[in-house]
Amino acid sequence: MTPQEIHNKLKEKFGDRILDFKGDVPNPWIRIEARAAADIALFLRDEPSLAFDFLMCLSGLDWPQKEKQEVVYHLFSMSLRHMIVLRAELSRENPRIPSVEKVWPAANWHEREAFDLFGIVFEGHSDLRRILLPEDWEGHPLRKDYKVQKSYHGIRVMNPPGGPAGGGD
Amino acid sequence: MAIYTEEMLVNMGPQHPSTHGVLNLKLKTDGEIVHDARPNIGYLHRCAEKIGENVTYAQFVPYTDRMDYVAAMNQNLGYALAVEKLMGLEAPPRANFIRVIMAEMNRIASHLLFMSCYGLDMGAFTPFLYGFREREMILDLFEQTCGARLTYNYIRIGGVLSDLPPGFADKARKFLDYLPPRLKEYHDILSYNRIFVERTANVGIMSKEIAIAYGVTGPALRASGVKWDLRKDQPYLVYDQFDFNVPVGTGEMGAVGDCWDRYMVRMREIEESAKIVRQALDMLPEGETRAKVPKALKIPPGEIFVRTEAPRGEIGYYIVSDGGLKPYRLKVRTPSFCNLSAFHEITRGAMIADIVAILGSIDIVLGDIDR
Amino acid sequence: MVELTDILLRSFPILKIIPRDLILGTLIIIGAALVLAFLVVLAAVSTYIERKVAAHIQARLGPMRVGWHGLLQFIADPIKLLLKEDIIPTNVDKPLFILAPYIVFCGSFGAFAALPFSSRLYISNLNVGIFYIMAVTSLVVIGIIMAGWSSNSKWSLFGAMRSAAQIVSYEIPVALAILVAVSAAGSLNLRDIVQAQGGGIHRWFVFRSPFLFLAFFLYFVSSLAEVNRTPFDLPEAESELVAGYHTEYSGLRFAFFFLSEYVDMFLVGAIATSLFLGGWNGPVFYGPISGAVIFIAKAYLLVLVMMWIRWTVPRLRVDQLMHMSWKVLTPFAFACLLGQGAWMVLW
Repeated sequence: MTPQEIHNKLKEKFGDRILDFKGDVPNPWIRIEARAAADIALFLRDEPSLAFDFLMCLSGLDWPQKEKQEVVYHLFSMSLRHMIVLRAELSRENPRIPSVEKVWPAANWHEREAFDLFGIVFEGHSDLRRILLPEDWEGHPLRKDYKVQKSYHGIRVMNPPGGPAGGGD
Repeated sequence: MAIYTEEMLVNMGPQHPSTHGVLNLKLKTDGEIVHDARPNIGYLHRCAEKIGENVTYAQFVPYTDRMDYVAAMNQNLGYALAVEKLMGLEAPPRANFIRVIMAEMNRIASHLLFMSCYGLDMGAFTPFLYGFREREMILDLFEQTCGARLTYNYIRIGGVLSDLPPGFADKARKFLDYLPPRLKEYHDILSYNRIFVERTANVGIMSKEIAIAYGVTGPALRASGVKWDLRKDQPYLVYDQFDFNVPVGTGEMGAVGDCWDRYMVRMREIEESAKIVRQALDMLPEGETRAKVPKALKIPPGEIFVRTEAPRGEIGYYIVSDGGLKPYRLKVRTPSFCNLSAFHEITRGAMIADIVAILGSIDIVLGDIDR
Repeated sequence: MVELTDILLRSFPILKIIPRDLILGTLIIIGAALVLAFLVVLAAVSTYIERKVAAHIQARLGPMRVGWHGLLQFIADPIKLLLKEDIIPTNVDKPLFILAPYIVFCGSFGAFAALPFSSRLYISNLNVGIFYIMAVTSLVVIGIIMAGWSSNSKWSLFGAMRSAAQIVSYEIPVALAILVAVSAAGSLNLRDIVQAQGGGIHRWFVFRSPFLFLAFFLYFVSSLAEVNRTPFDLPEAESELVAGYHTEYSGLRFAFFFLSEYVDMFLVGAIATSLFLGGWNGPVFYGPISGAVIFIAKAYLLVLVMMWIRWTVPRLRVDQLMHMSWKVLTPFAFACLLGQGAWMVLW
C-alpha cells in the first residue's frame, strides 16, 4: 500500500485523531494524537491489509522552540513489505503517551531508552526505568536544556570549562 | 513437612569471560535451571547520540566506528548512506563497489570472530586461534587500505577516503582462495562435532513470531526461518548486481531457530560474502572514489531513516536536520540492542551453561548496544 | 619398604640397636619425600609441556622467552606463584579455606603410597592396593567442596557442587572398569596385576580380551571426569564460572590446586598403565630402574593424550555429563564385567 492509502485507511477508522500527513518526503509520515497511540498501533498491526508487525525504530525528539516533544515510530510490515512513520506530539513539561509495548514487544527497550534520555513517560509500560544510564542519574541527557550534573557518587562528571566539544559550562 | 527452597539471584557479569563485553545478566536460578534472565545494559554508554548533536556531519564518522567496533565498515556505511540520501548525493560507482568489498570483508571478519568466541564459550579453545589467524589476513588488507585495523573511518560521506592500494585485488583474491579449506576445517572440528551439537541444538529456540515481534534482525532472524536480507529485498549500493544466496535456518540439527541454526547461518554467510567480494573485484569500474562534498556541509531541513544490513542485523540511522552544520537529532537503531531485548524470552527454562550458549549465538557487541 | 628394612638390617647388623620400627618409619619418610619431589617436578614440567602442546595444536609457539624455547618456564611459574601475596577474601570460612587445597593434594598424593613404580620400587606392597588407591582419591571431592563452600561466592559454590556430582557419579564406571582388570588378574595387589602381564606385548591386558580392550577406554574416559579435564571440566569452566571452585584462590594455594590436578592426571595414567598396558614390563631388558623409566614413560604418554583431548574438544553440559555417566558408561561397564567373566570361564 502507498503511504497515502495507509493514511486514508487510518483516517477512515480513527477520524480526527489522525492529525496530519506529509507525503512528499523520502519517509512519508502521519501525525497522530498522542492519546490514541496504543489503539492506532493495535489497528496497524492487526488489520490484515496493513499488517505492521515490525517496529523498526522508536525515537524521541525534543523541540524546545516549539515547546513540544515528539515520539516517532518507524513501522514496517514483513509480509506486505510497506513502511510508514508515525509521529505524536507531547507537551514538554509533562510528556506522557500510552505505551505500545503490548503491540510490539520490541518497544519495551526502545521506550525505556526514550524515557531514559528524554523523560517521556510511557503509560502502561511494564517496567519503565532507566536502561542506559545508572538508576540514580539526574536529568535526561538528550533534552536540549540538559545540564550535566557536577559529580556522580564523588566522581567528577565534566571536564573544566573550555574542555572538549559536547556541552559543559 | 514441606521443604522450603528459594530461588538464587545470581549476577553474571559485568566482569565475566563469556558475556562478550560489559554486560550484566541477572539470573534467577533454581539449582542449575534459570527461571528468568534479564540483561542489564548501559556499562559502555558513551553518549554517541548526544555527541552527534554537537559535532558536524563529517566529524561524526569516527564515532560510528566505535559503536560496533567489530564491524566498523558497515557502521560507517550506514551513516554515509543516510547522510547522502538526506543530501540527495550519489557516490561515484567505483566508490560504491569499494564500499561493498569493504563491507563484505568486514562481514567475513566479524563472523570469524563470532565463530572463534563461540567455540571458546563452549570450551573448544582451538578454533579461536584458527579463526583469528584468518581474521588477521583481512585486518592486514584493511590496514594497507586505510591505516587502521579495527576502527577504520574509511567510508566517508560522498564515497571512500582514498583509493584501494596497489595489489589489493591480488591479495584479496589470494585470501579468498585460502578461505574455503579453512572453512571446511572449522566444520570438521566444531560445527558437526558431537559435543558442540549437543550443547547448541534445541537450545534457545527463537520462533518466527518472537523474532519479528521483538525486532530481531540479521542472522538471528534468518535462523528462525524468515528469509529477509536487506541486501536482497531492499538493495542499496550495488548489491542488486551480484549473485548470492541468503542462508536460512532449516533446523538441520534440532529445531528451527536454535543456537546451532544461528551459528550455521553465519558460517554459510561467510561463503556468500566471499562470493560477493569475488564478483565485486571482477566488476570494479575505474573512476574517482569520492564525490565533491563541501567542507562546511549544510544539509537542508528534513529527516531520513535508512537501514543497511550489518553482520549483526539491520543498522538504522534516523537523522533529523534543521538546516545547520550539525545534525539536530541522530538516532542509531542498532541491531544488537533489539536482538538482546528478546533474550529473556528465549532463555525460559534453560540451564546456566545454556545461557552462555544462547548469549554467544545472538552475537552481540556491547558497543553496539550501549552506543 | 618392609623388605628394604630387613635387607638393611641383615647387611648392616650394627643397625640392630635402633628399633626396627624406627628404621622402617625413617625409610618410609624418605621414600615419601622422594616421591613428593618427583611429583612436584613432574607437575611443574607438565605445566610447561601442556602449554607447548596447546600452542602447537593452536598454530602458535607457546613460551619462548624464559630459557631456550621457554624451557625454564616451569621454574619461573612456581617462583612467581610462591612470591604472590596471600590474599584471603573477607567473609570466607577461614579454616576451611586454608585447609582445602591441602586436602585436595593429600587425596592425590596419598595414592602413591600403594603405587609400585617397578618390581622393586614401591613404598608399600598393599594386598588391597588398587582398592586403597580408589578410596584415597575420593578425598579430593571433600577438598573441592570445602574450597567452593568456604570461598563465599556463588560461582565457587556452583563449581563445587558440579564437581562433587561429577566425581561421585564417575567413580562407578571407574571402579567397574578396574574390576574387569582385577578379575582378569585375580588379585587387587598392583604388583601381581603387572606381573600377570609379563612376557611380551600380547600379554598386556588391553590385548587379551575384547572386554578388557573396552574396559581400558571406559576407564580412560571416566577418569577424565575424575580429574576434571575437558570435556568434563565444568567445575573449572573458564568461560562460565570464571574459574569455578578455585576462583578466589591465588598464590601458593592456587599452585596446590594446579599441582594436584597434574598429579591426578599422572596417577590416572599410572593406574591405566599398571592395569591395562603392562606396567613396567618393557620390550627387551628391564630391571628395577629401567622398569620404572618404562612405567613413567607409558603413564606420561597417556597424560599427553589427555592434554591432546583437552585442546580439541568442547565441553559437555552438566546434565549431559550426568546422562553419559549413568545411562551410558555405567551400563557399558556392567556389560564389560559380565562379558569378561563369561570370557574367562569359557577360555
